[in-house]
Amino acid sequence: MASLVASGAAPGLRGVPFTLALIAVAVAIFAFGRWLDSSYAFFIGYVVVQYIVLGTAWNILGGYTGYVNFGITAFFAIGAYSTVALHKLVPTLPLPAMIVVSGVLAGLVGLGTGYLTLRLRGVFFSIATLALAVVVQTLITNWDFVGGARGAYVLRPKVAPLIGGEYVQYLFLLMLGMCVIVLATARGIERSSLGYGFAAIRDDEGAAEASGVPTLKLKLIATTLSGGFMGMAGAPLPFYVTYLDPASGFSLNYAVNAIAMPLIGGTGSWLGPVVGAVLVGGLQEYLRVTISSAVNVLVAGVLMVAFVIAAPQGIVGLFQRKR
Amino acid sequence: MAVSLDLLMNAVISGLLLGGFYAAVSVGVAISFGMLDVVNIAHPAFILLGSYVAFIGNTVFGIDPILAATILLPAFYLLGMALYQVYYVAFERRDDQSLRGLSFFFGVLFITEVTLVLIFGVDYRTVQAPYIGPSLNLGLFNLPLRLLVPFLVSMVMVVGLQIFLSRTFVGRAVQAVAQDQQALRLMAANPTKIKRIAFGLSIATASLAGACLIIIQPVEPSIGREYIGRIFAICVLGGLGSFPGMVIAAMTLGIAESLTATFFGPSWAPAVSFGILLVTLAVRPSGILGR
Amino acid sequence: MTALLEVAGLGKRFGGFVALESIDLEVQQGERLGLIGPNGSGKSTLVNCICGTLRNESGSVRFAEEALDGLSAHERTRRGLARSFQLPRPFASLSLAENIRIPILYTVNARATGHLGRAAIDARCLELLGQVGLAAKAGRRPRDLTQIEMRKLELARAMAAEPKLLIADEAMAGLSHAEVDEIIALLIRLNAEGVTVIMIEHIMRAVMEFSQRLAVLVAGRKIADGPPQDVVRDPEVVRAYLGE
Repeated sequence: MASLVASGAAPGLRGVPFTLALIAVAVAIFAFGRWLDSSYAFFIGYVVVQYIVLGTAWNILGGYTGYVNFGITAFFAIGAYSTVALHKLVPTLPLPAMIVVSGVLAGLVGLGTGYLTLRLRGVFFSIATLALAVVVQTLITNWDFVGGARGAYVLRPKVAPLIGGEYVQYLFLLMLGMCVIVLATARGIERSSLGYGFAAIRDDEGAAEASGVPTLKLKLIATTLSGGFMGMAGAPLPFYVTYLDPASGFSLNYAVNAIAMPLIGGTGSWLGPVVGAVLVGGLQEYLRVTISSAVNVLVAGVLMVAFVIAAPQGIVGLFQRKR
Repeated sequence: MAVSLDLLMNAVISGLLLGGFYAAVSVGVAISFGMLDVVNIAHPAFILLGSYVAFIGNTVFGIDPILAATILLPAFYLLGMALYQVYYVAFERRDDQSLRGLSFFFGVLFITEVTLVLIFGVDYRTVQAPYIGPSLNLGLFNLPLRLLVPFLVSMVMVVGLQIFLSRTFVGRAVQAVAQDQQALRLMAANPTKIKRIAFGLSIATASLAGACLIIIQPVEPSIGREYIGRIFAICVLGGLGSFPGMVIAAMTLGIAESLTATFFGPSWAPAVSFGILLVTLAVRPSGILGR
Repeated sequence: MTALLEVAGLGKRFGGFVALESIDLEVQQGERLGLIGPNGSGKSTLVNCICGTLRNESGSVRFAEEALDGLSAHERTRRGLARSFQLPRPFASLSLAENIRIPILYTVNARATGHLGRAAIDARCLELLGQVGLAAKAGRRPRDLTQIEMRKLELARAMAAEPKLLIADEAMAGLSHAEVDEIIALLIRLNAEGVTVIMIEHIMRAVMEFSQRLAVLVAGRKIADGPPQDVVRDPEVVRAYLGE
């Protein structure tokens, strides 16, 4: 398990310089995309960056703190369906505002779930998150206002606000923005008191308590942050897919990918989920185009099992060991 | 009023029969999680595998689904042993965090589900048998045979396992391994071997449970996920490591779901088990009869 | 003067098994108390109840004139109650220095009495590791340590919380003669700096050398409590523990 000390590609670059570097990279990527002027690139880019956000969010609770959240779909869908509901109630509400609302709602759900289950063994927390996913799915399937089982249509505007061009470019930009925020947060946590507290909880919760770590409070922070970010990642989805129904919104693919990518990339640092998302996402797209869309879905699961058995430190961890 | 009572009675009876089936579905996890402390969340996937095996046996070879499942019990048993071996070598022996073990089983669940989709597609599959359709009419009560037969099969299986665990050497060793591995070693029994046998049994139960499932309702790969919540709700509510508790919890859940489906609509049924699970975990995690 | 630690009527059961029965124990500020007893007599259970890792069903624990009932383990540690675990429980993915850092971050820095900056914490980690002879391995992981070194780390981690009362739970098991002396000297030094110490041990030489007062636990009951010389001659103690 990679230590928090040896953490990834930019040792020493933290805080404000790191965030600025992230912003620079994001701007460069977006500019490149505009120059390419390919719709396809933006659609794919959105998916990969979405998974960076989901994976990093999951990793804050999973890799850093050691609590496995299987209910990713619940938080992700809360974000997506908040957008659907808000869009119906207040059609003029700008998407960034909806992202914030989604994040807050999902974060609150994370807090609530955590409060109910985090006093128990980690295993029970994980099972409870599975339960949560189904409960939320059932609730939304029965909620006609957002379309219920029939699904909801959301009209994607023709032109992107602020930047012009196709709307999908705007979605990609927003997702990049979330990515910067989430990665900066993850990196910021890593070497902070909070990060050390998380690591102590992960390694030995009882010893952490005895050392003065307020384990319940920290776990609740992790759950809230993690859930909130996942909700944010789901907020633009309705505009991306234009038709959202529970079957696709709660697709197990999101959950498996969000877990598999950090596990494959490496759970010890902020870089792991990024590496995982890019590699696995890229591989999935390649397979989808060359073989079939059913097979690409299998890839994440198979790779995850393989890595979990053979290379638990993930790709980033493999490179660190060689150092 | 009389109509309501009739409806109520039948809902309760159906719930009870369903509950018996739920016990068969959960007994595997009562062993793997309750006794071996292995969080096999992929268990529903193996149940579905059992369902599809019964489906093939029925549609391709024309045999009774329960018979098909019984014939393949040894195969499932071996599969369980193999799976445990992988789990043991990769995780338990390394004393790794439970994060990886959980992710492993989650991956297995996912891979199994997707593979089933690739082979069988997402259409609902059913089986044919003489007891699917007719009901036993006992005056006030209506006992659908398609619920009754799985109920009986399930009860036989659960009771049989309970007898095995308490009367045979291997069975008692399994109970012992849950509590004191060191003492087991002193008795010249290899704990790993015992655990392997127990896990094999756990997966073997999935074969029969799967056959029961496809008798009760049409099956498609993703319904496994609903069962995760049911299974763990039952095991937690019943108290880990207690068969009788598990059966009571299963009946309770069956009745609760049946009543919900009858009076609120079937689309709410999945939420019942998970709701019960969340509440139990929050309020009384040791369950009704748990240690 | 009120005692620093007051345990009154403390009882703990596990299902039907009574692990501790009505334990009364007082520890004065600055005292060196030894706690002995056969395996399974409840010593570690008592420590767990005092420190909040386990909840006692009956009786009470007061520390620095404050009732601890209902407080979680980390809250008790913050109030100045620290312990080392009998079986070392290091944070496996962190370096030794980081292991020491955790208690500093979450106890010393959580108290009103001054917040240490990054550099100060780094220095303090090395200093503490030096006190137990592990400074050279500050950057290594616990898995690179010998059993004995892990025990020292355990102790250093408890010391890092700057406690008023330190409970050392069988910290010397398996150590050589010289190493036992080392630990005794360390604990005495700590005590001289004002830390009250409870030493739980089987090594009688260490206990006799260290303790000002000796308490004996047998089958969940305290059967003796007094000056070490008197306690070891107590016939009941000899029969239950020493004479085996």
